[in-house]
Amino acid sequence: MALKNNVPEGPLAEKWTNYRGSMPLVAPNNKRRLEVIVVGTGLAGASAAATMGELGYNVKCFTFHDSPRRAHSIAAQGGINAAKNYQNDGDSVWRLFYDTIKGGDYRSREANVHRLAEASVSIIDQAVAQGVPLAREYGGLLANRSFGGVQVSRTFYARGQTGQQLLIGAYQALSRQISKGSVTMYNRHEMLDLVKIDGKARGIIARNLLTGKLERHAAHCVVMATGGYGNVFYLSTNAMGSNVSAGWRTVKRGALFANPCYTQIHPTCIPVSGDYQSKLTLMSESLRNDGRVWVPAKVEDAKAIREGRKTALDIPEADRDYFLERRYPAFGNLVPRDVASRAAKVECDKGHGIVATGNGVFLDFAEAIERYGKSAAHSQGLHNPGKDIITKLGTAVVEEKYGNLFEMYEKISGENPYKFPMKIYPAVHYTMGGIWVDYHLETNIPGLFCLGEANFSDHGANRLGASALMQGLADGYFVIPYTIGTFLSKEIRTPKISRDAPEFAAAEADVHKRLQGFLDIQGNQSVESFHRRLGKIMWEYCGMARNAEGLKKAIKLIQDLRKEFYSDLFVPGKQDEFNPELEKAARVADFIELGELFAVDALNRNESCGGHFREEYATPEGEAMRVDDEFTYTSAWEWTDVNSEPILHKEELIFDNVELKTRSYK
Amino acid sequence: MLKEKLKKMSHGNMNLTLKVWRQKSGQHKGNFETHKVQASEHMSFLEMLDVLNEKLISERKTPVAFEHDCREGICGSCSMVINGQPHGPQRGTTTCQLHMRQFNDGDVIAIEPFRAAAFPVIKDLVVDRSAFDRIIQSGGYISVNTGQAVDGNSIPIEKDLSGQAFDAATCIGCGACVAACPNASAMLFTSAKVSHLNLLPQGKVEAAQRVLSMVNQMDEEGFGMCSNITACEAECPKEISVDNIARMNREYISATLGSNKTA
Ligand SMILES: Cc1cc2nc3c(=O)[nH]c(=O)nc-3n(C[C@H](O)[C@H](O)[C@H](O)COP(=O)(O)OP(=O)(O)OC[C@H]3O[C@@H](n4cnc5c(N)ncnc54)[C@H](O)[C@@H]3O)c2cc1C
Ligand code: SF4
Ligand code: FES
Repeated sequence: MALKNNVPEGPLAEKWTNYRGSMPLVAPNNKRRLEVIVVGTGLAGASAAATMGELGYNVKCFTFHDSPRRAHSIAAQGGINAAKNYQNDGDSVWRLFYDTIKGGDYRSREANVHRLAEASVSIIDQAVAQGVPLAREYGGLLANRSFGGVQVSRTFYARGQTGQQLLIGAYQALSRQISKGSVTMYNRHEMLDLVKIDGKARGIIARNLLTGKLERHAAHCVVMATGGYGNVFYLSTNAMGSNVSAGWRTVKRGALFANPCYTQIHPTCIPVSGDYQSKLTLMSESLRNDGRVWVPAKVEDAKAIREGRKTALDIPEADRDYFLERRYPAFGNLVPRDVASRAAKVECDKGHGIVATGNGVFLDFAEAIERYGKSAAHSQGLHNPGKDIITKLGTAVVEEKYGNLFEMYEKISGENPYKFPMKIYPAVHYTMGGIWVDYHLETNIPGLFCLGEANFSDHGANRLGASALMQGLADGYFVIPYTIGTFLSKEIRTPKISRDAPEFAAAEADVHKRLQGFLDIQGNQSVESFHRRLGKIMWEYCGMARNAEGLKKAIKLIQDLRKEFYSDLFVPGKQDEFNPELEKAARVADFIELGELFAVDALNRNESCGGHFREEYATPEGEAMRVDDEFTYTSAWEWTDVNSEPILHKEELIFDNVELKTRSYK
Repeated sequence: MLKEKLKKMSHGNMNLTLKVWRQKSGQHKGNFETHKVQASEHMSFLEMLDVLNEKLISERKTPVAFEHDCREGICGSCSMVINGQPHGPQRGTTTCQLHMRQFNDGDVIAIEPFRAAAFPVIKDLVVDRSAFDRIIQSGGYISVNTGQAVDGNSIPIEKDLSGQAFDAATCIGCGACVAACPNASAMLFTSAKVSHLNLLPQGKVEAAQRVLSMVNQMDEEGFGMCSNITACEAECPKEISVDNIARMNREYISATLGSNKTA
């Protein structure tokens, strides 16, 4: 199979404009007859469904949630990037493009990334018009903050709830189309299979989660915006329900899975506190604007803190190691996520960790509180203010900026982060890998599109902060409404797709059999227990640092786990009822298979790049070492079956516009 | 080594008695079931329920159905009444963010679904809150198609005003306000959306029609009247203010007087 990425000809900066200017259009009367299925109502899905509804397509939208507004996107905290250059600090579409390519460690497709940077500008306008209350300055204009890996201030935000506010904006736009009848919404419906007719994606099998009944839904094409697969690690910052199944089911029908091993481990999360733990909580990257990351320079101090004999406040300034500032003076605490996470691991591995498990570092706001306090005192005309006043004023500023995050931290940890530095540790957060798509965001299955975190397209081997919201909304509002036309313009003579086609019956029977299979095992172990064990294997061998030996071991362990799963699983209840355990079983089964492919991919990629760090490929200072001669490609895997090796297809990455460099943040 | 440490930390140090509402479906009658669980003070309330469910599954019983997703207090999925209070005893906190350190060893904890005629029970603690979606669909948006927007900075908005709109927009659509209200009124939820949009210059054009349609839809869904008890504000995990209700009432009156549009 030759992979065609369908990138248009022409200079980089003109590709998208030319594409839009020359693509075939679909007339309004035809749009009404054309049916589009959108699976997912996160930023990508909701924006896509709303916009295609506005254009006049006949849209059916699905989510397994009880309401479109609950999608995982709601939890995004820190912000969204856009090349507006409102700060006059030298930003531009080119710079956003360049930062994203570099941040991705030169493993993404130039043309897609450039289009993303172009679209970023319109997203902010759209959000403001919808009434999204983005942060503002006193003059009434939009405010910005900085995020990791860049030297301009281009991140727009809504306190620490940017995802919530943007998703509500998209949800409202979607709701408007639902009320107009151009979008039919199917809540509590889970896509469990893709239906292909004559090679094209023509529908899905969805399970009504309330009744457990399987339903056939037909359309001229299918758009998936089903989110990331970070929960393959069990513990992650993702919502509990986030899963890979929609994507994985299409892989079973021939779609390719690209770069599964590219995972983002976010440096600032609340550390694991016990083995009952169900998920990990992110403390937004925006906190690194003002928080300084450190560990005690002396191992004895770290030990004393771990054992509760000392607190952070007992460690004098001279005995603190601000290791990011020390190692990366140019970017300091704002190095990209992969770099910051590995640095924290290195310190903890050396015995400097500060929580009982050994895995934790401090994120300290004392200096920021003092700095803001002094400046506030100054602007209030207070001369020689006392320390108390400075702390009080400074705390107020920090509270205004990050109040909800500090509150969240305190609820979870039981400690006051205004007084004691936060304790943080890296956790799985985002998956750059995903379903392979071309420039149209179309998979190798004609008529099957994939948007948002579910696809692999824009972030290469590492995503920069505040870029996922940007990508989700760019894909949904500004890319798919155009590119889908290229496919649908050829379908105007295709009559309504019938649900009675034998392909639907066959797919439905497959799903029914598979679900019954889980119920019939009647073993002794819960779904949750298998998921936890899978997560442990993944974190141990496929986490922040990987090596060939460990990955081989992981593959074997996952294969064994899979066998055990299919022989000793216990799922209570039956199919045709509301049965959350059965839902989870189907998802965990897919995570197990994906986990194996993940390790295979990581083993194949004999280099370190972005979030993929292979211990064998590191510089003497411990920095990642790419092997460009061999690995400047996207790995797109074709599934065969559980007993044989997946087939690797390579999409060579061609850099016409940027020069491949060693990524340095020093 | 690490495992051992984790084990020690998470060793259940609290013995609790749970009285959990069990209801097979909306058509069945429900009842309280009593269970004992061991929990640690570091667990979240939902992690404590996970422990219960793992125990039930190991006994080949049906786990307690409850709704949850983000477990960070933002998606609005979790919905249960704990000892008579929606989302439990801690102010400004969703169930998923409530931690067991708020309880004591030996406590008896009653857990029920959000109860309201407009939120029918689906199973155990899971209820149907789709009425909220329909209220939003009736007018909780600004009518602007993708691609029609002007530059974001061409509409300067006063910081305080934007802050007020934001405060209202932080509603997570959980429905605790309805569950807290003796009349099962949805005024706090509806008014939060009306305030969010009507305060902003972008939302002014449709302000009158919006409030009329949304209030009308709210009534149609069978939510009760507001009689100014303000239990909603007290139980709202996002501390949405009842000032929004007053604002909506004013807007509603002026919309009925000032326009001949019908809702
Ligand atoms: C805690 C946290 C904070 C973050 N903060 C930021 C940030 O500040 N800035 C930033 O840019 N990014 C951030 N991210 C990343 C970003 O939030 C996500 O990458 C992004 O929101 C994903 O959006 P999406 O639309 O692709 O998918 P999602 O929001 O995950 O939506 C997936 C949708 O698909 C549906 N679905 C999935 N499978 C099925 C199925 N089989 N059948 C039916 N429906 C299905 C779900 O119901 C849901 O509606 C953060 C992520 C986390 C975890
Ligand atoms: S107003 Fe408060 S209680 Fe009511 S739905 Fe919104 S967040 Fe929940
Ligand atoms: S689970 Fe999301 S708010 Fe509680």
